[in-house]
Amino acid sequence: MLLKHTTADVADRKALTINPAKTCQPIGAMYAALGIHGCMPHSHGSQGCCAYHRSALTRHYKEPVMAGTSSFTEGASVFGGQANLLAAFNNIFSIYDPDVVAVHSTCLSETIGDDLAQITQKAIDEGKIPEGKTVIYASTPSYVGSHVTGFSNMCAAMAEQMAVEGVEVKSPTINVVPGWVEPADMREIKRLLKAMKVTSIMFPDTSDVLDAPMTGKHQFYPRGGVTLNELRDSGKSRKTYCLGSWASAAAGEALWKKSRVPFEEMSLPIGIKATDRFLAAVSKETSCPVPQSITDERGRLVDMVADMQNYLSGKRVALWGDPDQLLSLAEFLIDLDMKPVYMVSGTPGKAFMAKMEAIVGEAVPEAKYKNGERADMFLMHQWIKEEGVDLLIGNTYGKYISRDEDIPFIRAGFPIYDRAGHSYFPTVGYAGGLRLVEKILDALMDRQDRDSTEEKFELVM
Amino acid sequence: MLEKYPAKVARKRQKAIVINDKTASQEIQANVRTVPGIITQRGCTYAGCKGVVLGPTRDIINLTHGPIGCGFYSWLTRRNQTTVQGQTPENQENFMTYCFSTDMQDSNIVFGGEKKLRQSIEEAYALVHPKAIGVFATCPVGLIGDDIHQVSKECTEKFGDCNVFAFSCEGYKGVSQSAGHHIANNQLFKHVIGTREDAPEGKYKINLLGEYNIGGDAFVIEDILAKCGITLIASFSGNSAYNKFAHSHHADLNAIMCHRSINYVAEMMETKYGIPWIKVNFIGAESSAKSLRKIAQYFGDAELIDRVEKVIAEEMIPVEEARKAALPKTEGKSAMLFVGGSRAHHYQDLFTELGMKSIAAGYEFGHRDDYEGREIIPSIKIDADSRNIEELTVTKDEERFRSRLSDEQKAKLEKAGLKFKDYEGLMTDMESETLVIDDLSHYEMEVLIKEYKPDIFCAGIKEKYAVQKMGVPLKQLHSYDYGGPYAGFEGAINFYKDIAKMTSSKIWGLIGAPWEKEKTLSASVVHDTKPVKKEEKESA
Ligand code: SF4
Ligand code: SF4
Repeated sequence: MLLKHTTADVADRKALTINPAKTCQPIGAMYAALGIHGCMPHSHGSQGCCAYHRSALTRHYKEPVMAGTSSFTEGASVFGGQANLLAAFNNIFSIYDPDVVAVHSTCLSETIGDDLAQITQKAIDEGKIPEGKTVIYASTPSYVGSHVTGFSNMCAAMAEQMAVEGVEVKSPTINVVPGWVEPADMREIKRLLKAMKVTSIMFPDTSDVLDAPMTGKHQFYPRGGVTLNELRDSGKSRKTYCLGSWASAAAGEALWKKSRVPFEEMSLPIGIKATDRFLAAVSKETSCPVPQSITDERGRLVDMVADMQNYLSGKRVALWGDPDQLLSLAEFLIDLDMKPVYMVSGTPGKAFMAKMEAIVGEAVPEAKYKNGERADMFLMHQWIKEEGVDLLIGNTYGKYISRDEDIPFIRAGFPIYDRAGHSYFPTVGYAGGLRLVEKILDALMDRQDRDSTEEKFELVM
Repeated sequence: MLEKYPAKVARKRQKAIVINDKTASQEIQANVRTVPGIITQRGCTYAGCKGVVLGPTRDIINLTHGPIGCGFYSWLTRRNQTTVQGQTPENQENFMTYCFSTDMQDSNIVFGGEKKLRQSIEEAYALVHPKAIGVFATCPVGLIGDDIHQVSKECTEKFGDCNVFAFSCEGYKGVSQSAGHHIANNQLFKHVIGTREDAPEGKYKINLLGEYNIGGDAFVIEDILAKCGITLIASFSGNSAYNKFAHSHHADLNAIMCHRSINYVAEMMETKYGIPWIKVNFIGAESSAKSLRKIAQYFGDAELIDRVEKVIAEEMIPVEEARKAALPKTEGKSAMLFVGGSRAHHYQDLFTELGMKSIAAGYEFGHRDDYEGREIIPSIKIDADSRNIEELTVTKDEERFRSRLSDEQKAKLEKAGLKFKDYEGLMTDMESETLVIDDLSHYEMEVLIKEYKPDIFCAGIKEKYAVQKMGVPLKQLHSYDYGGPYAGFEGAINFYKDIAKMTSSKIWGLIGAPWEKEKTLSASVVHDTKPVKKEEKESA
């Protein structure tokens, strides 16, 4: 047994977190910054954080993740990291020539009280930022929120610091803040909008950055990413769609405050209903109809589920990950007649409990869920020990529970360290729904095949 | 290579780059601060302490005191393997699959985190009753002034049957992971080593230091030692357990694998208990044989020497077979190694066995002695960053000190070629005209690859995909790309096979579509080599 010390008796913990279902803010800021074209993310703190964040992102995306660090030592920790950041600006622009440096703080620089706005201003005043180059910054203390908060803060910084203001007549373009999803998901959302003939600005956009082709050269700044011009123009757009409240609402709000672009918080478009809502809203706003080709995709998804419904119905599922993902996935699972019974997310936010209640309350009254401090995978595992489930959905760390408890497992969310493909195939939209249903069915049906007696072994299923 | 650097940076980096000359004694700059923004391979003190040295011990609860990230990223990501098989039921704890953290919140930063730490320790103790709990400080802890040592001490006293001890390994404490190794060594020495009196059975008793059981390396070494009749008391720290550390002072020899991360413990054990240490290397078949012979020579017993020779002879048969099978795919090729604090040296032996030349190498967190050899230690200037790290004053333990060798015996062994307390460093073993670079930056790495086009590049996960995008396969020498083990004879066979697979993979030949290649061939079309930009560059 790999997690042999986990038992079914849930004891109330007041301080200790075991096997967290979250990580820290800066990694989210780094991921978001990679979704800007020509951008070098920079971690203002000691170099360990940056090494950890780069490693974690690299293991997940299996792509180069380039980022700088201020490499604090004891001196910087006592006297402040201004000198380190100024030196870093100079070095980064000289050596790596990015268009933008996106700085985020760490626990260390936050605890010291370094002010990124002030240091950046100083760098500009002293001519340390070359002409035509841009620096944006976000405060991302990890003792607040989670990796999702960091992502959200960097997205908000993009809007706040880049968007133009004062444009009264808005263009027909819409903004989309996609949330912390895979490059393939961002690509898929853009494809759907393009099929609808909607012009859009997506920020951040990691497609063509973290799924770059092999060419024999290391393209330090790959083709993808939202450009600075697009970020500026986001202030002229008619509306911002924030996909997922936790990851994306802050950017929408920032853009409203700065440029008076109205925003709408939507569920992450995972599953049939959430995708329906997103496309319907965009269609209504832009007067661009959803084309038949997309409606057909939806039809295929509904068709597949209808055909295979008996394998899905009533199956109990445990999930862990980020609130935006969990809410949409739970809704989708219920549409599949499945039962999302356990959900945990380390990411705090009071709205989670009420929102989840609205989704599962009636359909799965037995469901248990929790978010914030100590809503960890240890707790979820204990729930599973109390009463088992048929399927696990979540990040790589679930494989230990899966093996110990012999429960089928499909990987979703962040991080996925032990499989490939998640960055290439979407889970959003109807196409993503098809992929998810395929994965769920494969997992459940492989299990049925494995467990059936010889006489019950089926050819046709 | 230095052209693009601002003048100050160029001056600094120049000292870290040496064209090796075996005939001269050369100095390299190492273990100094990293240039901010340069893109370094290095990690932090916490990573070196919690992640590297303490991580691989299965029955100590590693509790990270800090915000969630540090603990999260060091959770199971280093491939330290462990087994509880064959252990008595009461020794079958394994906490390595768990991540314990105090998950500090802003209120803890403002009002202090000691209360939450104490409560967390108590909850961990109540939950599983471990023998020991190690508390690891992350960056903010040092700044807000939590006294983790005091809290730990109080908990130890309160529990009575659980040793709680702490590590002030805040990430900023040093210039790299290396500082964390030192801190880990100190605390292990202070709180664990020598706390258990019963002596293990065995005729030839050794400890293995600096072997972290990545990918099962320690399992292989354990097997070979057992075959030879050598008793391994403790490995620091791979497949290791608290109780083994606790009575490791009964060993008669300390054999060091990774000199950088663990030489401190060896030195302190020698002073306190009288255990001599020698440098060994179980990476490479020849080096493994050499290391076994060294150990046998130390004990000087004909029976052991014969048995070791027999084991080597036996093991070398399949090794030679595998080597011959790999050679056609590897011979004459070149490798570069930039990793860790000993691996960039050790792995060159395996490449030599494959007929490959190591044309450039360097460490991520080595010190000058790891490059130039231990004899230069007195000439190393102690800078402010190193001075930060506690140097324990160790004295002879009058009761437990046991001289393992008389001066005479020692002199005799030395005369016969067995060197004690000796490490010659990486530069001594590399050929002249090869490049040695400390704390390689990303930019320097790209220049090296473009200029020298190595057939294989060895580094870590952060470098892997950038190098491969350039069409050069990268072998991770931290994680072995989830393969291995690579230690010992069995490991050498695995390595030969894996490298042959990489140097002969067909995929590298498929980079570029046929029509792209046609384009570059026809003189009329100019191939655009500039970075692809989505739109013209934004300018002022
Ligand atoms: S916060 Fe400090 S201890 Fe934690 S990863 Fe960063 S540098 Fe290391
Ligand atoms: S939690 Fe803080 S200190 Fe730790 S890795 Fe994250 S930013 Fe660094």
